[in-house]
Amino acid sequence: MTALRNIRPTTAGIVLAAAALLGLWPLLPAWAAHTAAVSLGGGLVALGLMILIRFGLVSFGQGLFFAIGGYAAALANQFLGITDMLVLSVAGIAAAGMIAWALGYIVRGHRGIFFAMLNLAFSMILFGILAKTVALGSTDGFSVGVPTLLGVAPGPEAGRLTFVLFGFIVISSALVAWMVDRILASPVGYAGQGVRENELRLRYLGVSARGAVHLAYIMAAKLAALGGVFTVLLIGHVTPEDTAYWTKSGEFVFVAILGGAGNVAAPFIAQTVFELVRTFALQYVPEAWQMLLGITLLLVILFLPGGLWSLVDRLRGRDA
Amino acid sequence: MPEALLETRGLGKTFGAVVAAEDVSVSVAAGEIVGVIGANGAGKTTFCNMVTGYLTPDQGRILFRGADITGCTVGEATAAGIHRSFQIPQLFPGLTVYENLLLSVGVFGHRRPPWWRPLVRPETQQEARRVMEQYRIADSAETRVDRLPQGVRKLLDIAMAMVGGPAMILLDEPTSGISTEEKFDVMGNVIDALRSSGATVLFVEHDMDVVGRYADRVIAFREGRVLADGAPREVLENPAVIEHVVGRRPPRPTDA
Ligand SMILES: Nc1ncnc2c1ncn2[C@@H]1O[C@H](COP(=O)(O)OP(=O)(O)OP(=O)(O)O)[C@@H](O)[C@H]1O
Ligand SMILES: [Mg+2]
Repeated sequence: MTALRNIRPTTAGIVLAAAALLGLWPLLPAWAAHTAAVSLGGGLVALGLMILIRFGLVSFGQGLFFAIGGYAAALANQFLGITDMLVLSVAGIAAAGMIAWALGYIVRGHRGIFFAMLNLAFSMILFGILAKTVALGSTDGFSVGVPTLLGVAPGPEAGRLTFVLFGFIVISSALVAWMVDRILASPVGYAGQGVRENELRLRYLGVSARGAVHLAYIMAAKLAALGGVFTVLLIGHVTPEDTAYWTKSGEFVFVAILGGAGNVAAPFIAQTVFELVRTFALQYVPEAWQMLLGITLLLVILFLPGGLWSLVDRLRGRDA
Repeated sequence: MPEALLETRGLGKTFGAVVAAEDVSVSVAAGEIVGVIGANGAGKTTFCNMVTGYLTPDQGRILFRGADITGCTVGEATAAGIHRSFQIPQLFPGLTVYENLLLSVGVFGHRRPPWWRPLVRPETQQEARRVMEQYRIADSAETRVDRLPQGVRKLLDIAMAMVGGPAMILLDEPTSGISTEEKFDVMGNVIDALRSSGATVLFVEHDMDVVGRYADRVIAFREGRVLADGAPREVLENPAVIEHVVGRRPPRPTDA
């Protein structure tokens, strides 16, 4: 796969997708709207992983930043009384950004399995802390109120997923995807390919490979945190198990591989497929859910190593 | 003698019991083309590694344009204007020749590459194409690098090293892996390109005919030490050099 070829502007596609989702709102049944919004949240985490994959890296601990985002928003809501979803999102991103900046000094010197497992280690530590902290509800976590936006508060009858929250998630996700798309096409994105392909040459081009990895790590962390904020606002509750537990991190890697690194849309599509399959599997064949995941992963690795997105490339007549 | 562009003073480096450099003091003037010779393991690559910041010398100083750059990083040496090519080409193997140059041109010199503007712009594309033409590798533009013949890889490696217009370039065995018939053609073209860019050149070479033809000056290494340093004819006819470098040169058909 010549990944450089896949860097193309997708502005039009992103705008169309966002407009379509917003336009469909009145027609979508509640479960479908919820699935779409949850998939955007999880897709953001996978999108961050996709940046790392472009750098030839993978993190088995993105649940760390997913949890940091989710808990930061939940804490700001419960203990500071902040309800504005924009402010809560910024809080989640800022918290994850600072922690990733600090941890980045440790991880940026590592590659391959060590990079992946260091992050797993961090996430397990956070899980342990959260599960032991009684003030945060330990393993039961705690609840989050219904968010508002710029003073617009939903009526009491509206339920959790209001049009305001849905629209906020759709528009922010689109904006973020657009930014990531541009970043991948910028010198930073290409430096990532340099890290993956030959770090020594990159250094001799005057680029700090560690600096580039550090930057990518922070970006991926912020994306995971925003995904965490959205998810917590949608669910209305935060627990260590649903955010920082290692199986959650594994799910994100699963989704990132399922989608492939070909396009910023891929992680969102893959997350949607994942959510839909899970919903139906849990309903009809609950005991076979893990097996289904395993088989899907096997098939993707064997027959679609470029992920679901390589199907799109194939349809367009490009070699993946 | 004109003022030295690069000067080393008493460089020393050991790897365990192996002495890779000992008391290496050389000086290269701006505009010179210096050939470096020496048997396998004489310390030629180690010299390049130290000058470009890849290795820190155990002893001695490195001066570039009069400034002490001892202990600087690869990135800092690159920024100062010292670039290099490699004995084993260091390319981006999964990308094509054109993409290798596009990436090199686009990221060059950014310690922290910018993230707000696209890398592929008319200027970067033009520059990548120009470099391909200059080093006569445009025919392979769309070929993935891991499928290239060794000769083209060597050229691409040099072309990538020249991105950013260095003041000084170190070529580590530019003609290794290139057939004897093609060597002069390739080296002639490379030297022309380097000269027209105004770079000062230091090249490591095992083929004494190539050295005699292109070097203004020759430095011979033996077991980490400078054995001889002077005009090509003088050095190449020096009995010690003939004994330890030229005469004992093993056949190296495909050594990278
Ligand atoms: N990183 C290293 N670790 C251990 N020993 C090393 C290292 N680099 C070089 N050496 C040793 O230092 C000595 C000098 O090596 P160097 O690569 O500089 O030789 P050279 O003149 O470039 O030889 P060649 O013609 O084979 O390329 C050799 O004995 C080599 O084995
Ligand atoms: Mg060598």
